[in-house]
Amino acid sequence: MTYKIIIIGAGVTGCSIAYNLAKKGMNDILVIDKSYLTAGATGRCGAGVRQQWATKANCIMAKHSIEFFEHAKETLDYKGDIEFKQEGYLILATTKEEDLQFAKNVALQNSLGIPTKKLTPEEALKIVPHLNPKSFISATYCQTDGHLNPFKMTDAYYQAAKKLGATFNFFEKVLDIKHDNDIYTVTTNKGIYQSEILIDAAGGYSREIGLMVGLDIPVYAEKHEILVTEPISKMQGPMVMSFTKNLYCQQVPHGSFLMGRTTPNQPKDHDISSSHEFLDEMAKTIDDILPKIGELRVIRQWAGSYNMSPDKQPIICESDELKNFYIAAGFSGHGFMFAPMTGILISEMILNLPLSLETVMLHINRFKHQTTHEVEKSVV
Amino acid sequence: MSKKDIIICRCEDINLQELHDLMNQGFTSIEDLKRQLRVGMGPCQGATCLPIIQRELAIFLKKPIEEIPLPTVRPLTLGVPLKAIARGAKDDL
Repeated sequence: MTYKIIIIGAGVTGCSIAYNLAKKGMNDILVIDKSYLTAGATGRCGAGVRQQWATKANCIMAKHSIEFFEHAKETLDYKGDIEFKQEGYLILATTKEEDLQFAKNVALQNSLGIPTKKLTPEEALKIVPHLNPKSFISATYCQTDGHLNPFKMTDAYYQAAKKLGATFNFFEKVLDIKHDNDIYTVTTNKGIYQSEILIDAAGGYSREIGLMVGLDIPVYAEKHEILVTEPISKMQGPMVMSFTKNLYCQQVPHGSFLMGRTTPNQPKDHDISSSHEFLDEMAKTIDDILPKIGELRVIRQWAGSYNMSPDKQPIICESDELKNFYIAAGFSGHGFMFAPMTGILISEMILNLPLSLETVMLHINRFKHQTTHEVEKSVV
Repeated sequence: MSKKDIIICRCEDINLQELHDLMNQGFTSIEDLKRQLRVGMGPCQGATCLPIIQRELAIFLKKPIEEIPLPTVRPLTLGVPLKAIARGAKDDL
């Protein structure tokens, strides 16, 4: 079978790219995924969407993506509920250095039109009264940050792309890719397909896909864990986050609390098993910062892969070495919240349209010529 | 009896009609149904609904029930308060 474009990966990134291409009239697309819709990082993520970043690239990607989420249900004509809520992210500073860094972040965010405010502990406690007042020294708050359901959001993109003519093949694993005479030949466990254009949106496996065509994408998979509590009546509006205390915690519209933290020194591999170390550390962190939430029962813990890039910012570009090979990878834990802009940018690159954003800083070439990078610090 | 009155998942209050609607849309794996309906994600962790859904899928797909894979089993088996886990973790030191 021959298509104009093949996309590898049906997570939110692949589905957003498929939708944006199809909407612009390019619907001769095949999306291949080795498992079910959202089986990888999308369906395992913390479901938060925020604009409070320390680098310009991340701030702009996030801001435009939130603007899309605000109207996503209508734009995609989705029958279900994407469970979007905008009750902000409250990010806690716990050290003097962090307090100073946050002042810089707020200035950067404000200069880009993101309405973040710096708060005193008293102001933060008005927004989340059950915070331990001794656990932080100041905070930043952006009201338009929030949450949406990754399964529903991806389903919305998937349904819309399908309606516009895109083809999706699930439970089909890519085994080999050849590039001869400007044609990509993709061999899976079920068939052989050809296309002019190939897009690597394989999340945790994007490096492996690159290697199949001889491209060394400097990303790797790293396990991150999350847990969920029993649902209760609404008691917390915003996502509470701390980089130094290593925590994010939000009550989703369904009523349960989702929370996660990074376990240090994870190996670079595809392991997504659950660990008791995570559960212990998560429980202690919550007991310190949000003691009231500690009364809730944990129902389940799970894990997924971040696809880490050297500067913790995404790679969104066409490869210089390989014609018509596009990369959307290395989101470092934030592919879900950037997906609307990822889809728009990749579709504009492929169709030679004016770009909605300056994308030089998202190009893979930044890792070739430089040994030091501006690394995003605002990451859990 | 209407399919709307047959409860499949008690934790999330999902009925047979909702399950069949999604199966007819092409969501024919337990993993897919779980993510669209939250079946198996509640406090009982699928103890009630998963065998029922497995059987419904076997009938729908005309496959033996053992060919319908179940989702990954994850901790915890029973709900435990975070505070109790934190206390236990501190006592271990």
